[in-house]
Amino acid sequence: MKFVENIKPDVTTDIVYMMCPMHLLKLEEQMKELGQGQILEIMTDYDGALEDIPEWCGKTGNEFLGMEDSGDFFKFYIKKMAR
Amino acid sequence: MKKCYFDHVATNPLHPEVLDAMMPYFREEFGNPLSVYEYGVTAKNAIEEARGKVAGLINSKPSEIIFTSSGAEANNFALRGIAIARQNDGKHLIVSRVEHHSVLNSARFLEKSGFTVTYIPVDKKGFVDPDTVRKAITKETILISVTHASSEVGTIEPLKDIVKVARERNITVHSDAVATTGNIPVDIKDLGVDLLSMAAHQFYGPKGAGGIYIRQGLRIAPLIYGGIQESGRRAGTENVPAIVGMGKAAEMAGAEMQSRIEYLRPLRDRIIDAMSGIKNVYLTGGDKENRLPGHASFCVEFIEGEAMLLLLASKGIFSASGSACSSKALKASPVLLSMGIPSGLAQGSIVFSLGTGNTPEDIDYLLNEFQLVIKRLREISPYAQGWGDKEGGA
Repeated sequence: MKFVENIKPDVTTDIVYMMCPMHLLKLEEQMKELGQGQILEIMTDYDGALEDIPEWCGKTGNEFLGMEDSGDFFKFYIKKMAR
Repeated sequence: MKKCYFDHVATNPLHPEVLDAMMPYFREEFGNPLSVYEYGVTAKNAIEEARGKVAGLINSKPSEIIFTSSGAEANNFALRGIAIARQNDGKHLIVSRVEHHSVLNSARFLEKSGFTVTYIPVDKKGFVDPDTVRKAITKETILISVTHASSEVGTIEPLKDIVKVARERNITVHSDAVATTGNIPVDIKDLGVDLLSMAAHQFYGPKGAGGIYIRQGLRIAPLIYGGIQESGRRAGTENVPAIVGMGKAAEMAGAEMQSRIEYLRPLRDRIIDAMSGIKNVYLTGGDKENRLPGHASFCVEFIEGEAMLLLLASKGIFSASGSACSSKALKASPVLLSMGIPSGLAQGSIVFSLGTGNTPEDIDYLLNEFQLVIKRLREISPYAQGWGDKEGGA
């Protein structure tokens, strides 16, 4: 897993305590709204996202920048690449 | 025999137009809202339309409404969900003593799970004093839960002032608005609360449908785990007909609210005025301006609420004595006791809650029969004849 710090996101989505697979549904929904090259921050407490989000990025051609573990939840950073 | 239903805080009859709106979703439109094909899409659209109508009733965004099975579930969700989500900020909650059992028992559960709870007293009219709330706040306080109105005594609480107190300290505020939503204006932007519980059957919608307003951006742990229904916040296949019914009832309540209030208040006031003329009968709860429009509650000295209920029921008049729970347990109502009403007098509690189906003739019938019931019971009451310890009035 790639860890990052101090990334400035363009959009933040807080889905802490929302159940699986909201992390994938919200990710897809938010990415549609983003412009090319913009960065999404997604905050979740669901540990399945550790695997799912990088994999989703690989499949869809978006760039997984990395994650930050804030103790109670994770922050994932995704850069929109695919149109 | 004439039948007069005066227990609308227990539940309301389903409005015929609400039933009509629900029927297709029992029959041909039976789909699961999560299904991707036509049946699912129709059901999903119906739920979202209902969500918009409920949001319209309380002036929130549709995405801030989560459907539940009841007001009790919404209250459980609010207390337990916020306690879990904010436990790293503190482990202290404040609730009033006039809350519904679904709030009080959730608080008690949390006490057993390592949280501390302060139960705020009320004054003799049932009002929570915002200053008392302020004094109860500690640096550990994460949640304040105060009802918008007690269904037992009808008192409408000064929620806005309580929210102001909470805002000084970043404390989440929940309100059980089951008795008020759909019956008096409930505007979450005006009230400023973070969470608000409601139930469809309190405004001529179906049982089995409730909801909770959750302010956008607020974190709350789920009460029911499972799938992604209700934005991943409340699992379980949605009760589509009931939710559709709740939406229709909300739409109607919003459109007819003023006329319903204007119809109910004079009927209620006739009961209050007539009862004030009977010796040793005391109005409980807020005055006419600060109580639910169809709500008249009293304590009748020297006789028991259950006896009044049964005799009135034998005349086709259906009312309540205290909350449903304390009434069943034949206990003095904790709400009345918390208002400083002596336990003997609190045993003589009776609540008439009116609905749009009640007519002025129903009130005539009630007033006539109720006075006879009081007279008859006092004639056989040893307390009325000076036995036992007499207790003071409210």
